[in-house]
Amino acid sequence: MASNGLKIAIVGGGLAGLAAALKVAEAGHEVDLISVVPVKRSHSVCAQGGINGAVNTKGEGDSPWKHFDDTVYGGDFLANQPPVQKMCEMAPQIIYLFDRMGVPFSRTREGLLDFRRFGGTLHHRTAFAGASTGQQLLYALDEQVRRFETEGKVNKYEGWEMLSLVLDDHQVCRGLVAMNLQTLELKAFYADAVIMATGGPGMIFGKSTNSMTCTGSAVSAAYQQGAKYANGEFIQVHPTSIPGEDKLRLMSESARGEGGRVWVPRNPGDNRNPKDIPETERRYFLEEKYPAYGNLVPRDIATREIFQVCLEGSGVGGENQVYLDLTHIDAGTLTRKLGAILEIYEMFVGDDPRHVPMRIFPGVHYSMGGLWVDFEQRTNIPGLFAAGECDYSIHGANRLGANSLVSCVYGGFVAAPSAIEYAKNVERKNTETNGIHAAELRRQQEINSQIIKNEGSENQYKIHDEMGKWMTDNVTVVRYNDRLKATDEKLVELQDRFKRISINDSNLWATQALPHARQLWNMLQLARVITLGALNRDESRGAHYKPDFPDRNDEDFLKTTIAEWSAEAPVLSYEAVEVGLIEPRKRDYTKGKAKAAVTNDSTAEKGGAAQIQQPGSELKPQGREETWVKEGRKIQEGESFKELNDKERERGEQ
Amino acid sequence: MSNSNEFKEKKRLTNPPQTVDIKIQRRDKLGENAYWETFTIPYRRNLNVISVLMDIRKTPVTKEGKQTTPPVWDMSCLEQVCGICTMVINGRVRQSCSALIDDLLVSDGGNTITLEPMSKFPNVRDLKVDRTRMFEHLKQVNAWIELDGTHDLGPGPTMSQETAQERYAYSRCMTCGCCLEACPQYHDDNYIGPQAIAQARYQNMHPTGKITIDERLEGLTQEDGITNCGNAQNCIQVCPMGIPLTRAIYETNRDITVNALFGWLRK
Repeated sequence: MASNGLKIAIVGGGLAGLAAALKVAEAGHEVDLISVVPVKRSHSVCAQGGINGAVNTKGEGDSPWKHFDDTVYGGDFLANQPPVQKMCEMAPQIIYLFDRMGVPFSRTREGLLDFRRFGGTLHHRTAFAGASTGQQLLYALDEQVRRFETEGKVNKYEGWEMLSLVLDDHQVCRGLVAMNLQTLELKAFYADAVIMATGGPGMIFGKSTNSMTCTGSAVSAAYQQGAKYANGEFIQVHPTSIPGEDKLRLMSESARGEGGRVWVPRNPGDNRNPKDIPETERRYFLEEKYPAYGNLVPRDIATREIFQVCLEGSGVGGENQVYLDLTHIDAGTLTRKLGAILEIYEMFVGDDPRHVPMRIFPGVHYSMGGLWVDFEQRTNIPGLFAAGECDYSIHGANRLGANSLVSCVYGGFVAAPSAIEYAKNVERKNTETNGIHAAELRRQQEINSQIIKNEGSENQYKIHDEMGKWMTDNVTVVRYNDRLKATDEKLVELQDRFKRISINDSNLWATQALPHARQLWNMLQLARVITLGALNRDESRGAHYKPDFPDRNDEDFLKTTIAEWSAEAPVLSYEAVEVGLIEPRKRDYTKGKAKAAVTNDSTAEKGGAAQIQQPGSELKPQGREETWVKEGRKIQEGESFKELNDKERERGEQ
Repeated sequence: MSNSNEFKEKKRLTNPPQTVDIKIQRRDKLGENAYWETFTIPYRRNLNVISVLMDIRKTPVTKEGKQTTPPVWDMSCLEQVCGICTMVINGRVRQSCSALIDDLLVSDGGNTITLEPMSKFPNVRDLKVDRTRMFEHLKQVNAWIELDGTHDLGPGPTMSQETAQERYAYSRCMTCGCCLEACPQYHDDNYIGPQAIAQARYQNMHPTGKITIDERLEGLTQEDGITNCGNAQNCIQVCPMGIPLTRAIYETNRDITVNALFGWLRK
């Protein structure tokens, strides 16, 4: 069937991009789908835990409103409430749709969809497919989009990277320019509307739990062309990841739940084999500082304490790592309860955690911030839309586990009809023929030529490493204004040094040096947005924590940070948050602790561990450790660590 | 520690070398001749093949001290779920993100690690290959459910947890291509291979997918179809996700036979 003349370009082929592509193709319009990797290899595959939707099949009285309340509360009230409500209402339909597509969700005895509990809620609201729900959902959309591809409605450009938007004289988006990563050919794509669905910017932090494709480069390009970037400073950090030379990989918090102890050698220079370090020469810093909960402190506290110890230079071997020790527990018990996650550690580190203490460190995991969009996923640039992790709209100051997948699909499902509606009404005038596409293509070609020609002494990979280290050290878990200022100065210095890089690859065929250089420049721009947003926000809220401003300050900062590009520095402004539906209240999970329900979904995860959640694990109010310790209670004899802790494992693990 | 004997402590390098040699098969461009270059990198305990390549990329100088171009390879998730970083390491096809240098030195001895691109796909440059044809195979077998539309039609058909789990095993296929690399029957895309057969089986097992089973089987009975399988069973040995590929082939063959025998009754 011929399209009725509309063409929508979608940048990014993860869950959000494919969801949008499916909707556009289904409506009979033509899609150009641009992705740096074959879409089936997008970062969505990494999401493990599940997808939230208040289907209420367990007779618990769950409802989309409760899902909405949990999400808004978990996000520390920074999200505009109307789209969050809409997402929670759509969530059950989204799960059912995936069920019809054949996703192998876990089942009940009746053959219905099974749901597990996740962090930040008391309800069974999370549908899951083994321990790789993101992979299964992405594949389901990939299959459906392939079906439309065979019908000629979707044109895939896999192995192409967006370099810039094509804007007309009135700042209206008319398409984009992308580069073929094999031939380096540039192509201008004409489009009536463009949907960005490019995911998060984890690579700005050097190493993160994100895929190597998550550079935020295309989003940054749009920002530099006038798109507003919102709440950039809100970056979620997961407390226990496995530091690798190449990336950080998640270690489930159920390891602590089963009794894992976190420690460093008391003498920071002690390089002995951990097993040879006697008990008295080990510093169990969580147990020492928080005697009531010990290693089971909530996620944000664990993250901060581990981070702080390493920042002081007390990490194992002087590096950014601490021991997470399970070796005091019977190996058979460990295999039974934690088998699957221990295998992951073994696969990527090579040590058997049953016999050798694991080395872990907090890892950058998710960006709540992203392109500013309105409630119809429209950016401030007419004709440009955004969906998924690359937009800022759903998660406020902190994302709940299993909400990322649903927000991606929701974003795509809203962006697509919104883009179609726009495309139907926009006046095309002579934009296809007036040369703006060719002009933008030439501009990008010149940037490429300049980079290729450069013969400077700087090494782009070393600049990337430096940026990652500065950002990780100063703009993640604990933030101080003087260090944020110093980081911004460093970023300016790195931008200057960038101009003196040499790409070091005389063979331009399929070179990765030029694309990386383009990405690096864009990452440096976005890094400043994150850093200055954090500097300006003198409060603590959600994932953003400043010891000098430990409380949430609704009077001054119940506002969305908006960054707009300028040549000197990002220009920040603030926009009121729409909170009309749920009155902001203090975020305090300690009260519900005693009520923590226990479930036993034997099929829940590869390891077969029970999924138990402790309300409030991750989402305890920031900066109130003291109160919290006082309110805390000692773990009772006979009470399983697991009960207190497994709940944490799922939250935010994707 | 009564159960600790169940676990064999991993064999580790007792005398780690100062340096490790990485021998890489290079190719400047599709269709040009391949050549070898060796790089020496300082040994560190937690190296995997990806981090070694990242090291080399930063300052690409060969063992002999010759400045060269940075090796090109594909990588993305680095958690062995995206499948993109597959290559042939010391003669075995696998993902490079989960290939630990220590393990390779222990199992293969010496202090040289050899990296080659997969041989069954067009070699774009160095270690990068083009696996587009694997996605084309998925088109050939209609590897999807025929959905009426994405509008709200309620839940899908009920299903037992056993069926869901069986399907889950197939749904983990990440299109990495290990099975095709190892398959003695697969050359120059003459055979659709275990990956696509397993994906057809995955859809055929679903109550809705079963409705259109004929179309999928048709895709598998063409010249490059399932009869090319020589039953070497290499595919199941190399599949990093442990997908029951030989079972998919067996069951699909059975479906085709049943279809051939009784198909005319339905006409």
